Amino acid sequence: MPGRTLYDKLWDSHLVTQRDDGSALIYIDRHLLHEVTSPQAFEGLALAERKPWRLSANLATVDHNVPTENQSAGVSAIEDPTSRLQIETLDQNCDSFNVTQFKMGDPRAGIVHVIGPEQGATLPGMTVVCGDSHTATHGAFGALAHGIGTSEVEHVLATQCLVASKMKNMRVTVTGPLGFGVTAKDLILATIGQIGTAGGTGCAIEFAGEGIQSLSMEGRMTVCNMAIEAGARVGLVAVDEKTVEYVRGRPLAPRGEDWGRATEAWADLVSDPDANFDYEIVVDGTLIEPQVSWGTNPEMVTGISGHVPDPKLDDDPIRRSAIERALRYMGLEPNQPIESIHLDRVFIGSCTNSRIEDLREAARVVDGKRVADSVIQAMVVPGSGLVKEQAEEEGLDIVFREAGFEWRDPGCSMCLAMNADRLGPGEHCASTSNRNFEGRQGAGGRSHLVSPAMAAAAAIAGRFVDVREWL
Amino acid sequence: MQKFVKETGLVAPLDRSNVDTDQIIPKQYLKSIKRTGFGINLFDDWRYLDPGEPGMDHLARRLNPDFVLNNKKFAGATILLVRDNFGCGSSREHAPWAILEYGFKAVIAPSFADIFFNNSFKNGLLPVVLTEGEVDTLFGLATAEMPVEISVDLETQQVSGPNGFSASFDIDAFRRICLLEGLDEIGLSLKETDAIRAYETRRATEAPWLFRE
Ligand code: SF4
Repeated sequence: MPGRTLYDKLWDSHLVTQRDDGSALIYIDRHLLHEVTSPQAFEGLALAERKPWRLSANLATVDHNVPTENQSAGVSAIEDPTSRLQIETLDQNCDSFNVTQFKMGDPRAGIVHVIGPEQGATLPGMTVVCGDSHTATHGAFGALAHGIGTSEVEHVLATQCLVASKMKNMRVTVTGPLGFGVTAKDLILATIGQIGTAGGTGCAIEFAGEGIQSLSMEGRMTVCNMAIEAGARVGLVAVDEKTVEYVRGRPLAPRGEDWGRATEAWADLVSDPDANFDYEIVVDGTLIEPQVSWGTNPEMVTGISGHVPDPKLDDDPIRRSAIERALRYMGLEPNQPIESIHLDRVFIGSCTNSRIEDLREAARVVDGKRVADSVIQAMVVPGSGLVKEQAEEEGLDIVFREAGFEWRDPGCSMCLAMNADRLGPGEHCASTSNRNFEGRQGAGGRSHLVSPAMAAAAAIAGRFVDVREWL
Repeated sequence: MQKFVKETGLVAPLDRSNVDTDQIIPKQYLKSIKRTGFGINLFDDWRYLDPGEPGMDHLARRLNPDFVLNNKKFAGATILLVRDNFGCGSSREHAPWAILEYGFKAVIAPSFADIFFNNSFKNGLLPVVLTEGEVDTLFGLATAEMPVEISVDLETQQVSGPNGFSASFDIDAFRRICLLEGLDEIGLSLKETDAIRAYETRRATEAPWLFRE
């Protein structure tokens, strides 16, 4: 038998039936739910008088709509009635169907892609789905994880399976160690800049090579998180000792005899040396510098020493007009140095960069300094209640507050501005989130995607600067 | 699920690539717990000049005269023509819901983002992939001066239009049959209950830690 990729192995071990028409039924080990993409699925389930197939496979949390101030006041204190209703609806659905849920204010609650790994709900070798495209994050554990739509949420609830067809295999090999002060976020932004936002369409991307192996689990999550911004539903990293150590002792991790058996099985969650990939991409990790996005999709990105591009120099007419449109929206001039972009707000958070290491990285830059007067607001939003507690134990909240940052309660927050946290029209924001689409962080808002350290430095300087000079 | 067999109708050309789901239906409308009510907010940021919020009277808002769907010549269009990577971004199924409710039955593009593509089928919206060249030709035909009608036929997997335009498209067999017959996918999968149970039994011996309560 020819060698198999990690994706092939995960697919094979979850195949329930392969149908004649090419589609297949695959089994889902973990289903994560949140308030935005589940209400219509629960409604469908109830209307058809169906029950969840395997309750223990499901775990729900509230994240997209929750306010990031005063969460302890409870759901009834949410001002926006539509946000409140959506959260109450999830609470009711979980109560009536008996689904385990971390409700608002529970310290275990937080962004769905932060809490899965934190709880050990995400394990190597699992299939993990959620009605959210950044489910790709969980692939950092050697799990087959991807986003699904609401109809599929209902399908998974009812059958514990998904109708799927196999994706193609792509490997992105990051050579060499990353340079000093260059992070996982810079790596994934640079990769998307290289392959484009549709570069991985139809593929499961395995991230490999020294540049990936040397990353912590949190860094790997940051990379896999944004596989979707490279067009791929699935990002993957092979299991190694770091993976196993990260999982050990988590509330839902295997215990006792199970632990031994599990780790033995997980050792096989790597691509065979002779496995065949449909596409191979090589990224030279040593050449990457801290990245800043200048446009309205994540491939519109460049290094901190770079410039905003000149559309006149692009001879592809569709790309040229896309650049022109983006510069108009972003209020930027062709050839403008990235370092000349001034910021109105700074947001450190989101499922890409709100874990404890991210906060430590940012705090290290901020320590003893002050947010620039020209910056209206700089906020830090931890990814979960537990991340928040940990950061407070380490005194990071004090570092941030003393520098003039707001220290908030956990949630998606200004990553997509479904709650009260948002940009005003025309405002520039250094954001550690994953999407810089028009209006993503508030109507007319202008998002620049960066790493936590770069966002922190930008808050202090009031404009983008090369954080490597600050470390 | 809603059936799709054949659609003949006006084409609305939206000449943009990388149209993301935030553009198709902005996040403030995702707070709804229903499946309906999204059509009026399709492409909200482009379609209206003033910012929109759920619950407002959208009919009273100012329309952006430069936005293609606001051109009366394209009123009643049922086929949306777009560029590369349409539907990129989030997994929100509200995107196909909004497109369908607006009145479109099919979307034609050189490529689609995976999750959007998948979600469309679940709702009876047909995403049709044609080549760049064919899409270019259609953009040439479907102008405001001369709106055109084309047909998208799922049975024959053909798109046909004026000036002898004709192109065939691929679609996988399962999705095709589900759309043609409007099948309930959950019902279909539940017919395989025995296979699912058998898988669980086998898997629970291989990887028991996955099945602990
Ligand atoms: S943090 Fe942002 S990208 Fe992540 S799940 Fe929340 S809204 Fe989506």
